[in-house]
Amino acid sequence: MSRRIHLAAHFPGVNNTTVWTDPTAGSQIDFSSFEYFARNAERGLFDYLFLAEGLRLREHRGRIHDLDVLGRPNTLAILAALAAVTENIGLVGTLSTTFNEPYELARQLATLDHLSNGRAGWNAVTSSDAFHGANFRRGGFLDHGDRYRRAAEFAELSKRLWASWRDDAILADADTGEFLRRDAIEQVAHRSDLFDIDARFDVPRSPQHRPLIVQAGDSADGRDFATAHADVIFSLHTEFEDAQEFYRDVKGRLAAVGRQEDDLKILPAASFVLGDTLEEARERSREIALAQVRPETAITYLEQVWNRDFSGYDPDGPLPDVEPDTGAESAQGFANRHAAVRSRIAKLREVAEAEKLSIRDLIIRLTANHTFVGTPDQVAADIDRYVQERATDGFTVVGHLTPHGLDEFTDRVIPLLQERGTYRTSYEEGATLRETLGVAGQPVAVEA
Amino acid sequence: MTEKVHIAVALDGAGWHPAAWREPTARPTELTTAGYWRDLVRAADDAGVVFATIEDALTLEGRTAEADAGIRRDRVRGRLDALLVASFLAPLTRRIGLIPTVTTTHPEPFHLATGLQTLDHASLGRAGARIVAGSSPQERANFGRRGDGPVGFPASGHVEDDPAWQAAFREAGEVVDAIRRLADSWEDDAIIRDVESGRFLDRERVHNADFEGEFFSITGASIVPRSPQGQPLITALAHQSIPHRFAAEHADVVFITPGGAEEAAVIVAEVEQAAAEVRDEPERLRVFADLLVLIEATEAAAVEAWDRLEERAPIATDAHIAIGTAATIIDEIRTLAAAGVDGIRLRPARLPADLTAITEQVIPVARAAGILHDDDASPTLRQRLGLPLRSSRFAAQEVSA
Repeated sequence: MSRRIHLAAHFPGVNNTTVWTDPTAGSQIDFSSFEYFARNAERGLFDYLFLAEGLRLREHRGRIHDLDVLGRPNTLAILAALAAVTENIGLVGTLSTTFNEPYELARQLATLDHLSNGRAGWNAVTSSDAFHGANFRRGGFLDHGDRYRRAAEFAELSKRLWASWRDDAILADADTGEFLRRDAIEQVAHRSDLFDIDARFDVPRSPQHRPLIVQAGDSADGRDFATAHADVIFSLHTEFEDAQEFYRDVKGRLAAVGRQEDDLKILPAASFVLGDTLEEARERSREIALAQVRPETAITYLEQVWNRDFSGYDPDGPLPDVEPDTGAESAQGFANRHAAVRSRIAKLREVAEAEKLSIRDLIIRLTANHTFVGTPDQVAADIDRYVQERATDGFTVVGHLTPHGLDEFTDRVIPLLQERGTYRTSYEEGATLRETLGVAGQPVAVEA
Repeated sequence: MTEKVHIAVALDGAGWHPAAWREPTARPTELTTAGYWRDLVRAADDAGVVFATIEDALTLEGRTAEADAGIRRDRVRGRLDALLVASFLAPLTRRIGLIPTVTTTHPEPFHLATGLQTLDHASLGRAGARIVAGSSPQERANFGRRGDGPVGFPASGHVEDDPAWQAAFREAGEVVDAIRRLADSWEDDAIIRDVESGRFLDRERVHNADFEGEFFSITGASIVPRSPQGQPLITALAHQSIPHRFAAEHADVVFITPGGAEEAAVIVAEVEQAAAEVRDEPERLRVFADLLVLIEATEAAAVEAWDRLEERAPIATDAHIAIGTAATIIDEIRTLAAAGVDGIRLRPARLPADLTAITEQVIPVARAAGILHDDDASPTLRQRLGLPLRSSRFAAQEVSA
């Protein structure tokens, strides 16, 4: 039997994915943009809508970055608002385990699950650096190992809080005056060097019992966390054989913790460009990539890696033949800032020389290499192949325009996936996000 | 001449009377559902209520629980996060201000600020916050981060006698400062989308908060571009001198709890005195009097309903209680209006019953009698209250430079 494809719809965030210079690009902040995007994703029967998180505006060489989209809403608040204008699609937000507290975040996610009638999800990420920490009471204070320990304890505590209300806790017997059943709520205590909590949760059990948990880290610690806690992995493995290997590795870890292959879905990020012919799609892909990586974007990217002023360099010329300035942190807020600068530069040189790429083409190759480029038929067949041959369970799809970047995918690719019989043709009435995705994970009911 | 006022409502669980959930009209098993909140707030919106406050607490016991009571099985327990409920209601309503309760001790001020700005965007300019200072021992146990803080009210009954409460109010003041600074951190026109130069924004018009306080610091600018109101409406409930001073210094609207019209006049004078001494905000502090209401078709039916509730669970409340017909409530409103308040925040004893009476009887009759401010088409909450939209302090600096 063929395997079912799962798709998430990623609202483009604050990086050069989004082509804000396109005359049809809309607002990244107005609620109408989010509402449009969510309604279209629901029309396309996507499993869930996915949002990244922002905890500080990116900076470049000590000043606020000004070339790409900057600014976005608070993740939880926008998802709660979207719960009001959608009915079936899941609502998944990225939320840090470092700069939140378990009691508060668990109650916010449980709230979102109530308000959406069982469609809430949490992409649990860790963050530790002092740059983001400077916006929080916490500050930047965790090294890599403690970060994942905190994430694991955080997830465990959240699950215990979500499970601490009996299903039937609320009796509401007007005659006897008993609102709560006896032993309706379990005390949740946890003491470690990271947390010291003795809590009674204040949100009744939500429709999904526990909101969906998504995980995005790729390190060994990240894979362990995913095996133990996650329902979905948002990976970056999109090259077919690499994806298959990742799939085998992660799914192979599940049996040891008593979970099934289908209980953890792998949905890597994927971009796409469509055309009526392959040639047309490739041309469009090139045009979009040039818009995503403008000359100043390419130079800025290099400046982040080298931590030097490259404003005099020709973006269509070769990589600068200079040493990086490793004396200080450079690209504040960019995900690559922890990479070892020199090995990174060596890698850049290797790719550029092997493929004879200019600065701009190298950056296009690195940041605007579209995952699926072709006719709708080809793209549908490609996506299907990844899923049928166990490279992924589907994809987290991101378009290059806001807010209508997935319209074309919805109109032209989804129907072909449906024709192939591997994509749903309707949501199941009243299904929770867990049910839509087909992941188990209902907790054992708390016995009185 | 008749003094005009605004009518707001305060929403919490099954209503403000502890036995309200046992009424036949109550919906006690729906208190944490989307439909319950949608029904309540849409009705208030349609009736022209100026804003709705939504209660919250970061504990199962609520904020006023008896310290040693454990879990009371005869009271409503369980609630939703108020800021998220307000965000959910934003696209479902048109004019009503949405004011969730926000506690200031444990949540990260940065998250609070961006959440409120997002509520302002999603509601097209109708966001506010009711600031609550301090934390209970139960709340501290839930978070497990800070052992210090107030333990109940001081024996004197005055928060100003307790250094822990004084600190809690100083911290709440910092949270409000941070919310306002972050809201100001993007100037109105910071997003320029200049295709020619490839610049999405003008970084000269985005400013780091650089907030340094006694309790926390925040370095960066908000992640949320400037919202329709500029700043969310800041409100606070105040009973005593420290809270009055807190509200005078930090709030746009203060809720007071006078026992009657005379006391209202005294409190208004005290609040205005405090405002004259400590207030930096450019607009006059708006004063709303709280009134807990139970409304029936006849006085006798109202008294009977109240007695039934009190027999089941006697109420302990800070607010003046008005029991009677819509006409009784309107008389109370008129009297408070004459005492100099800008508005009345009605706390329905029973939900949805008393909210229904407010929206279907009290407001239409009061409007017809000319005691309500005109329910004009002002698009934002600040404008409906006669407050200008706030411009960024950073933009103001440029003009004066």
